[in-house]
Amino acid sequence: MTDAGSGSGEGFAEGEGFAVGGNFAEGEGFAAGEGEGTYLYAVARDPLPAPAGVAGAPVRTIAHAGLVAYVSTVPLERFGEEPLRRLLEDMDWLAETARAHHLVVDTVAALTTTAPVRLVTVYADDAQVADLLERRENDFLRLLEHVTGRREWGVKAYAVQPAEQEHPQQSAEAHAGRPGTAYLQRRRTSLRGREQARRQALQRADHIHRALAAVAAAGLRHRAQDPRLSGRDAPMLLNGAYLVDQERDAEFADLVATFGGDGVELRMTGPWAPYSFTVMEAT
Amino acid sequence: MDRASSSGAVARPAYGSMGSGGGREPANLGDILERVLDRGVVIAGDIRVNLLDIELLTIKLRLLIASVDTAKELGIDWWKHDPFLSGRDRQLVEENRRLRRRVAALERPGDLDD
Repeated sequence: MTDAGSGSGEGFAEGEGFAVGGNFAEGEGFAAGEGEGTYLYAVARDPLPAPAGVAGAPVRTIAHAGLVAYVSTVPLERFGEEPLRRLLEDMDWLAETARAHHLVVDTVAALTTTAPVRLVTVYADDAQVADLLERRENDFLRLLEHVTGRREWGVKAYAVQPAEQEHPQQSAEAHAGRPGTAYLQRRRTSLRGREQARRQALQRADHIHRALAAVAAAGLRHRAQDPRLSGRDAPMLLNGAYLVDQERDAEFADLVATFGGDGVELRMTGPWAPYSFTVMEAT
Repeated sequence: MDRASSSGAVARPAYGSMGSGGGREPANLGDILERVLDRGVVIAGDIRVNLLDIELLTIKLRLLIASVDTAKELGIDWWKHDPFLSGRDRQLVEENRRLRRRVAALERPGDLDD
């Protein structure tokens, strides 16, 4: 598994592939045609240049009700419900689409306060998106206010192999002449040790989460990633997301650095667009 | 990944891609999938398509169900509260789907089978 948008420079060459400000308000064009839909990436307050989006489509903006939606036109032959059902099962397509979606969100979020929208959110046309902005204006504004001046950081804690606390000499002496008993004894001690280590590691994860959340404006734990997803064999104890005031970034990072070691390894990712803190109730 | 600095269009380093400082790792595909699939604003209503409409078999299997084993091993029990994974809610989702299909069929004149 390689790094995120490894396509360094993709769509970024001298403003190529950028589109600023849809002139949707004039009412012409862009009402997606028969076989087209309007794919929504994110909602912000400012129109800014963005790289190409899913399926390489140029990204444009729809400004309405003091909000700006980042969208692109997508063919329904791929982004309709039925085709998506099939395509989303294709890990290659999914990876490519997720990265393209993320790149748009990420780029906009690096420049302005942004509410990322979930993958494959497709509207019939631009007018529907404008309607959404109007209907949910207050929800979006509240949400954007909550994340203004803050960024999301990911912190994962892994249980790494703790040094086995065995005393082979002792047990060997104690059970000299009874190798079977010695073996069972060692095995029991080892199992108990592992169980204990596991419990301690979980407690540490709880402690780490509480400490980090105290410095953050908000913090939450996501489900631990499976090794196939994390790309690590070590079991994940904590998969936390923290919304941190920008002035406290350094403090937060320093705090994270204090928790590693002794059977627990910490990994920090970010800054992310506030994916975990822009959950809006569906209506 | 320094696309930001090379283009000059983006002032700050790209998100999700911090450098190599102590313990920091670049955003990998798993982190991205987790965020774009499981988080962010979810809008229902008059929308044409969204993930809520789609049963994500492979994705759910890889992202979530696979994690259950890991979680069980660790003594974490989040899956008990995950609506997708608890049978009752799955039934509701299925029923919801069925009803919506039925409504769609009824609204389509001259096509009333199913």
